[in-house]
Amino acid sequence: MGLPDASGDLSSEVEVHAFRRLFPLRFYERHLSESIRPDGRPLGRARDTTIALGAVASADGSALAKIGSTTMLAAIKMEVMTPSMESPDEGCLAIDFHMPPICSPIVRPGRPAEAAPVVSKQLSDTISSSVMADLKELSLVSGKAAWMAYLDIYCLDADGALFDAALLSAVAALSHLQIPAVSLNEDGRVVVVSEEDEGKPEKEPVNREKRKLTLKSIPFSLTCILHKNYILADPTAEEESIMETLVTVVLDSSSQLISLYKPGGPVLANTSAIQDSIALTRQRVRELQKILDEANSGMEVD
Amino acid sequence: MEIDRVDGRTANQLRPLACSRNILNRAHGSASWSQGDTKVLAAVYGPKAGTKKNENPEKACIEVIWKPKTGQIGKPEKEYEMIVKRTLQSICVLTINPNTTTSVIVQVVNDDGSLLPCAINAACAALVDAGIPLKHLAVAICCCLADSGCVLLDPTKLEEQKTKAFAYLVFPNLTLSILPEGSLKVEGEPVEQAIITSVTQGAMSVDDYLRCLERGRAASAKMSAFLRRSLPLQNPSDSSKAG
Repeated sequence: MGLPDASGDLSSEVEVHAFRRLFPLRFYERHLSESIRPDGRPLGRARDTTIALGAVASADGSALAKIGSTTMLAAIKMEVMTPSMESPDEGCLAIDFHMPPICSPIVRPGRPAEAAPVVSKQLSDTISSSVMADLKELSLVSGKAAWMAYLDIYCLDADGALFDAALLSAVAALSHLQIPAVSLNEDGRVVVVSEEDEGKPEKEPVNREKRKLTLKSIPFSLTCILHKNYILADPTAEEESIMETLVTVVLDSSSQLISLYKPGGPVLANTSAIQDSIALTRQRVRELQKILDEANSGMEVD
Repeated sequence: MEIDRVDGRTANQLRPLACSRNILNRAHGSASWSQGDTKVLAAVYGPKAGTKKNENPEKACIEVIWKPKTGQIGKPEKEYEMIVKRTLQSICVLTINPNTTTSVIVQVVNDDGSLLPCAINAACAALVDAGIPLKHLAVAICCCLADSGCVLLDPTKLEEQKTKAFAYLVFPNLTLSILPEGSLKVEGEPVEQAIITSVTQGAMSVDDYLRCLERGRAASAKMSAFLRRSLPLQNPSDSSKAG
């Protein structure tokens, strides 16, 4: 590079960065042959994960989940509605995933990201496939009133493994959700009980106090990249753009396979690759369960 | 274990398959694929010059447009587009025509269950009809898990809605008869046993999923044979239409 020896370190560092940009695949393969990744993680380890519950004070349930740099904010707002004719004693859960331009340089305002509707649909499919939330708990008066929960997930920083972080924040928000207390007023309509109305006798509470949803087996996911013989868990955005074959495995805490999502990609997955991904996911489910339990018990201490 | 399916099929029986090529006049390649009552029409235009903004210009690009039978285009259609696009990207030879875009338009004619596999089969046949260079073919199948734990192949829409879980699987289809025995093994397992795409819905155990994979593979051999029989041109004087 022509730089003097005194700054010999600088010249080799510049070469490494240039090599990373010019030949990304070879840069990664040099690391993979030593069973390590550029950020120092071994191949099967996910990035540091944190969950903060109650991030949005005005929402009925909310959570901020971070996996490495990928940040997702989930919030739930509840509204009373009339249930549909086919299921008069069930409420409804509407899930929407947004990728605002803040999250990534490739998302421009007015041009929605390609990944957004796909992750949104994947999330709704996963949450409806798992038996986590029983929609019958969201019912108030059978046939007349039920809760509609709007779960919105905003991506604040997109650095790979978007579905994992989104599912984690959705699940954390649902575990933090407190259904507000309601009562029937004179017209027969359901209204939310606010703190000042506590003493009035005419209103008969349908829902005495705030209650939480009982969540049965919670789904957790892990996205892996398949590249030749290697399986990399929890990819960053750079890894996802270079090695394009992704497999997302969703397992719930009773080890049922909720989803095994592999949307094409240049590398074919044989049975051993699938089983290895499932094994990595099982381990990850245990880690995430612990992190979620700690976050929940931290909230209860307050 | 006898399973009573509404249309009288056994658990391993597929619906009648029908495939016709070259049905659209203006498209460079077109095919229609039907499995029972589910029918999908696919058309291929390309390769055209230029790629879209975020795509790699050193490779050919594939663009998929999914048109539902009724209603507006929403999130499910965008997801299907992404899945079909990534599946087709893995079977096309992308390095032959760099900086070009091939458009695949999928039109749903009738949906009676197993829609995504039918669409992938139709798109693959349309690519062959257009003469786009492919590494190998792709065969897609749907396996669903009945309550008794039995794996049913190629469910109708009613069966899909009633079962607790189903999986769409896409397998590669190679010409094993031409290549020598040992050349295609990946980790001791023949390449044909690997999956290109898998999309599942509903909760099932890991063993059930592996059983679905095996049944799907066995059935994909039958579908591959049908695909290769119906693809050759009936009329040898038809010339390619891609400019």
